[in-house]
Formats: sequence, structure tokens, C-alpha cells
Amino acid sequence: MPKKKILNEIKLSFPSLSENERFSRLAVSGFASQLDPQVDEISDIKTAVSEAVTNCIVHAYKKEIGKIELIARIYEDNVIYIKIKDHGCGIPDIKKAMEPLFTTSPEEERAGLGFAVMESFMDKLRVLSKEGKGTSVIMTKKLRTKLDK
Amino acid sequence: MGLKIYDEVEEKSKLTAFISGEIDHHSAKEIRKEIDINLQKLNPTDLYLDFSKVDFMDSSGIGLVMGRYKLQSERGGKVFIQNPPPLIKKVMLVAGINKLAKIVSIDVPLSQMQKAKESAENSDKPSIHTQADIDVHKNDDDKSNQKTSEEVDGNAEEKNS
Ligand SMILES: Nc1ncnc2c1ncn2[C@@H]1O[C@H](COP(=O)(O)OP(=O)(O)OP(=O)(O)O)[C@@H](O)[C@H]1O
Ligand SMILES: [Mg+2]
Repeated sequence: MPKKKILNEIKLSFPSLSENERFSRLAVSGFASQLDPQVDEISDIKTAVSEAVTNCIVHAYKKEIGKIELIARIYEDNVIYIKIKDHGCGIPDIKKAMEPLFTTSPEEERAGLGFAVMESFMDKLRVLSKEGKGTSVIMTKKLRTKLDK
Repeated sequence: MGLKIYDEVEEKSKLTAFISGEIDHHSAKEIRKEIDINLQKLNPTDLYLDFSKVDFMDSSGIGLVMGRYKLQSERGGKVFIQNPPPLIKKVMLVAGINKLAKIVSIDVPLSQMQKAKESAENSDKPSIHTQADIDVHKNDDDKSNQKTSEEVDGNAEEKNS
């Protein structure tokens, strides 16, 4: 992450219930609203958060309910940072997992496009994972400043 | 003229599913179930998924379209994505789903939109409203639905079962 100053930060922790997919994206969208984002920027952020949180629910904690941790920050220069972390099963091959259309759950009608969507809707995406330990997804996006708008 | 239209309809029947609300992993299950029940009942050639009242969608919505595409191709049918708002369309294009299901913009008669809207307003949950054979005028009660489907494809038993 850039060595920029953190202007604001929230931390959330919630169980991997599918009801929390909506809650988490709305929470981040509410937090990001102080940057006065455009409608399309908020939509991009909500979609990316929804992808990452859904992955924790359907993949990381496939057969159990576990804890999901979410940190959102606002850095100077209109940058939003989002980290979504689980302590679930982990990803054995991150590179492969990030390939478009790769999914380990085709029977559940997963498209294998979650990472592709996160990548295209955010500026940067970083995935850290350890088998049996868990996964962290870190995403940043620089929003257009008021002058650009 | 009238007969000719019926012939066409007989060959190509159409089911439109009006989806409204937010499509994510949590809500997709119910939407999928509702669409599939109607697919089985009506066996349409063309399935139109109307997204005009969808205000959020992630890749679960892509999975939903892909899944219906698979079902439809197995039976020689097609899937169309109808009237997606710009931000929903953006997700679809990133996913390239338009290669499987063509994105179309269609003027939906106000009366049909109203029906879809009403079923959406009954709850804040995502909802779905399905409608067979969009060109046919319909009243709200079930009896007239029956009659229309008889007129249209002579397959009322299937719809009633
Ligand atoms: N948090 C996670 N923990 C464990 N495995 C994960 C996690 N996130 C992703 N994966 C693995 O990476 C694969 C690809 O993820 P991606 O989100 O791109 O697609 P998907 O979730 O399978 O399908 P979609 O997101 O389109 O519904 C998943 O199928 C899963 O195997
Ligand atoms: Mg996913």
C-alpha cells in the first residue's frame, strides 16, 4: 500500500452468513460516501466487496460458519482501501484461482468470475492465502476528485 | 393473419421473467427456483430475463444467467437479457455473458411493468414475476391466464399442472 496518510478507518467483524453479503457492501458504501463518489464508483465498490465477502461465505467457510473481518480505510488523495479476511480453508493456487472462469463450485452455479470482477472494478487487487489458514483480499481504488467531476 | 400469428407463437413460445431488487448469492437461490419452476411448466423456446428493475448484481447474477443458458441449450432454447440498466450491463460485459445470452432492449408494455412492480413492492426482498408470451393481452386473474395460454399454445394442461 502507498505510504499515504490514513484519514479514516472502520473495522467490522461478522459471521459468514449470506445475509451479511448485503450488509457488508452497504456498510462500505456508506463509509465511502464521505468521499462524495459518483454513482458508478459506489456501484463498483459495492460489487467488489460483495464478491470478496461471498467468496468467504461460499468457499472459505464452505461447511461451517466462520468469522469475516473487514477493514476499510480512506487515504489522502481520495483512495479507498478495503481488506476482507477469513480464517477458512485457504487457496492452494492463487494464480489459478484468479483465472477467469476458474471455479471449484460449478455445481452451485458459480461463474468463476469473482476475481475478474474485483480486478476490473478496482484499481488494485492483492490476494494473500495460506492453505488451512485463510485468505486476505486487499483492494484499492482512487476515486475521481471533486475537481475531476 | 390471426392464425398466422398463432402459428408463429406455437413454434416459438416465450417466457419473460421480471427480476427486481438485488441479485447476490443470498438472493439468487430464490430467483433461480422461481424461474426454473416456470421454465419446466411452460417449456418456452425463448427465455427473456428482464433486468430493468435490478439495482445491484454481482457475479451471482452471471451464474444465474449461465445456469439458465445451460438449461435452455439442453432443450434447444435461448436466453435473452432484457433491458439491463447501465451499471448492471457493465457487470455483464466484464463477464462476457453477452456471448451466451444476447442483450436486447425491448419496449415493455406499461401494464406488464406495473405487474412486475407490484410484485416487487410486496417485499423489500428481491422478487421475480414471470409472464408467458409477452405479446398477448392478459388480465390479472388466473382464469384469463389459463385461457390465454390455451389460445396461444394449446398447452393449458401443462400450465395448470
Ligand atoms: N476466500 C476464499 N477462500 C477459499 N477459496 C477461495 C476464496 N476466494 C476464492 N476462492 C477460490 O477461488 C476460486 C475463484 O474465485 P472467484 O470468485 O473468481 O470465482 P467463484 O467464486 O468460483 O465464482 P463467482 O465468484 O463467479 O460466483 C473459487 O472457486 C475458490 O476455489
Ligand atoms: Mg466468487
